[in-house]
Amino acid sequence: MMQSMDGPAIDRAIARIAHEIVERHPDPEPLVLVGMRTRGVPLAERLARRVESIDHRRVPVGAIDISLYRDDLAQRPQTRMQPSRIPVDIDGAVIVLVDDVLYTGRSIRAALDALIHYGRPASIELAVLIDRGHRELPIRADYVGKNVPTRRSDDVRVSLVEIDEVDTDQVSVFAEELANGR
Amino acid sequence: MTAERQLIVRGGRVIDPASGTDALLDVRVVDGRIAEVGAALSNATAEVIDATGLVVSPGFVDLHVHLREPGQEHKETIASGARAAARGGFTTICAMPNTLPAMDTAATIDAVVQRARNADCRVLPIGAVTVGRRGQELTELASLRDAGAVAVSDDGDAVADNAIARRAYEYLADLDLPLAEHCEDPGLSQSGVMHEGAVSARLGLRGQPAQAELAIVQRDIALADAAGAQFHGCHISTEAALAAIGDARARGLRVTAEVTPHHLFLSHDAVAGDSAELLYDTNAKVNPPLRTDADIEACIAALAAGVVQAVATDHAPHAAVDKCCEFDRAAFGISGLESAWPVVNTLVSRGRLSLADAIERMTIGPVRAWNLDTGDLRGLGSLGVGAPADITLLATDASFTVDPEQWESAGKNTPLAGHLLTGAVAATISQGRIVWDGRESA
Amino acid sequence: MVARPPTESVVPAAPSLLTPFAEPAAGWTRRHLLDVDTFSRGEIAQVLDTAGAMAEVLSRKVARTPALNGVTIFNLFYEASTRTRSSFELAGKILGADVINVSGSGSSIEKGESLIETLNTIAAVGADAVVMRHGASGAPWLAARTIPGHIINAGDGQHAHPTQALLDAFVLREEFGDLTGRQIVIVGDILHSRVARSNIWSLTTLGAQVTLVAPRPLLPAALAPGASQPEHPLGLPNVRVCADLDDAIVGADAVMALRIQNERLRGKLLPSTAEYARRYQITAERMSQAAPHAIVMHPGPMNEGVEIAVDVAHSPQSRIEAQVSAGLAVRMAILFLLIRGSA
Repeated sequence: MMQSMDGPAIDRAIARIAHEIVERHPDPEPLVLVGMRTRGVPLAERLARRVESIDHRRVPVGAIDISLYRDDLAQRPQTRMQPSRIPVDIDGAVIVLVDDVLYTGRSIRAALDALIHYGRPASIELAVLIDRGHRELPIRADYVGKNVPTRRSDDVRVSLVEIDEVDTDQVSVFAEELANGR
Repeated sequence: MTAERQLIVRGGRVIDPASGTDALLDVRVVDGRIAEVGAALSNATAEVIDATGLVVSPGFVDLHVHLREPGQEHKETIASGARAAARGGFTTICAMPNTLPAMDTAATIDAVVQRARNADCRVLPIGAVTVGRRGQELTELASLRDAGAVAVSDDGDAVADNAIARRAYEYLADLDLPLAEHCEDPGLSQSGVMHEGAVSARLGLRGQPAQAELAIVQRDIALADAAGAQFHGCHISTEAALAAIGDARARGLRVTAEVTPHHLFLSHDAVAGDSAELLYDTNAKVNPPLRTDADIEACIAALAAGVVQAVATDHAPHAAVDKCCEFDRAAFGISGLESAWPVVNTLVSRGRLSLADAIERMTIGPVRAWNLDTGDLRGLGSLGVGAPADITLLATDASFTVDPEQWESAGKNTPLAGHLLTGAVAATISQGRIVWDGRESA
Repeated sequence: MVARPPTESVVPAAPSLLTPFAEPAAGWTRRHLLDVDTFSRGEIAQVLDTAGAMAEVLSRKVARTPALNGVTIFNLFYEASTRTRSSFELAGKILGADVINVSGSGSSIEKGESLIETLNTIAAVGADAVVMRHGASGAPWLAARTIPGHIINAGDGQHAHPTQALLDAFVLREEFGDLTGRQIVIVGDILHSRVARSNIWSLTTLGAQVTLVAPRPLLPAALAPGASQPEHPLGLPNVRVCADLDDAIVGADAVMALRIQNERLRGKLLPSTAEYARRYQITAERMSQAAPHAIVMHPGPMNEGVEIAVDVAHSPQSRIEAQVSAGLAVRMAILFLLIRGSA
């Protein structure tokens, strides 16, 4: 196991992304942060707090569940669907989709399909904590916390205090042997 | 002397309830009749059947079978039904008249008698009480008797109309024929497809209340008593009806009754099955329906006490298509000839019934209930000298799993498939002829 | 159109965005929905949670998803039905399935084709799932043993109506949260009601106290007060039975009225619908004896003025419309879990 980011590093990455978002979309551009279930949601909430502390505007935060849009439904059982929640009308809004790890890009494709069923946003951007490479679709992130080179066989795990019953945030990369041995 | 055919059944435990015999003895058969029962019989030219380790019983007598011929030969024929009877140890079976057309004239009865002439067991016809079994006009009951009917019945339905039932009993009193009544008040049973109780409530199936049986039993006791005729209760299945019959017999009335093996053994639980996945087992759909555990206990007790004189199978064979459908649409009935003895013997092995009583209720019991041992049939149901050489050899300790695919009956419909039972029919001799020999497998 | 920040703070986001599941994550093992009798509390919760997520899907501008693309669902209805059939049809279509309706009339069923034959034909054409309503109790169990696809019971005879029970549970959970100890009164033709039977199972599993109220001829004999049969292992679970609605309704949290079928009952099982209404109709006066927060439910279609008074059916206490919309979400959840819940 190799630790890739510790708690303070994750905080710094979120702060930096928040600054980049504000820089690119100054008030009063209609901004909406949408976290992808599960770990994208607390990241979106943290980003929203950062944005508020930078330029004192409140950014609506939503959550999107992609269970119904996955392209591997016939192969992977889906039994834990959670509700999506988009708190505002997104027509004309700038949406920043937030996820923890960008990998093949397939989840992002599913989230894009889900989002357009809520309306026609002005644009959709993507913010991720980790980009681990190995894209299988023509998708890239607009905001990246950290690029982490991995092998396909590696297992990248993000632990967040809001969700994972841990004391501090952490990003770890497990090599294949270890990942299988757990 | 040279023409005579001799058969000796050697070394078995002879149980003949008619004479109270229970001993290791040999049985000599000459020309289709019992010639001698004694120790160490021998004859150089006789065919010998080794019955060592087996019980030697009079051939079984079944007061209640459905042979489906004429009219529904895809379910069973007289020939296949008789083969099933032989395999089940029965040498005399009484055929119910709900054929197509119904056995409601001397001619239709005679046709069945003719067709049964070469069958593997003796077939005695039962005539219909009303024309076409429609419950509206009496048949020519005396002609039916003269054609060979040993009883009359509209089985499948009760003689529902009170006035018709009353006149039937009055007329039958002079003919000395029993009316074998299907005890079900249609107004009370409605279109119930199983017993009305906890299981029907659970499964959402329309139930027949126990009172539907009791109502007809009480009515027929009163009508037969008033007329001086004999009421025979077919396939009695409920505690209350058995109590009413017991009371009537205690008062000396001419009331007899039969119970079926399935009502002695299975409850309405069989419809649901015993796993979490509900079965809706159409093979457990039968009329009268399988009842409660208390009713089973009452049936066994009444049989043991002699309130009930006969075990009768109500053998009701059906084709697969008649059962492989929704429960509401499935045909009523259980194919019963080939599992009857195993079920009854299993009760014996559990100590619920003595072996001698069990054999009595399948031999001389039913014979006396309907006075069948007259004329040519003198001695029927016994191993008395001069009696027809109907003999059944029983393996009382053999355990096996019921597999209807091995049966002779065309009807494989039984809720007992897969049940482990104790007791098998090792061989059957009908009128001196070996019609079933399963001693290798027993 | 611009995104308008809501009036109240959304930062930090509402806690509901992160609500963990009530039950530990578990798989889904069922291939069929035949009844809810063997469902655990956890399984019911999983269906209702998923239905909650589906309800959100219905609020989107475009309520369509590709979740069941490539899946063929047959709606096989041997009995007339408006709400259940259209609800299943819409549920399948919203999830992206192809839905084909087969009903008694205008098909080979009318020509006397047997159920087994029809099922085999449907399976041969490629049905992945069959939603069936049939007049014979137990028919879906036969279907599940006959063909390989998923079988969903949309009502069998007088036996079970599991999606109705699940949608009722959904409405009750929305209203009360945990149902433990809640008093739920079911009034009407219990004997013939598949809705009552399935609700008895799910509500008792969820911990509610169920009271059945009916005149004796409309109760299964085994449930009649003083029935001589002891509690049976294959019987229904323990419920209270009461002949007097005015007694039973006191303090009730929810009152569920069942449909009275005039043509079936009149003069045979009941003297008259007027007498029934006098003794068993859910009226405002009777509802005043229930708990102050009590709600009224009805599986539909209603005979207003018979089993339920017109003003009660349309009162703020009524959840009858909520039941209909819950039905769509619950049926979407069932289709999704059965078809996509196991690979």
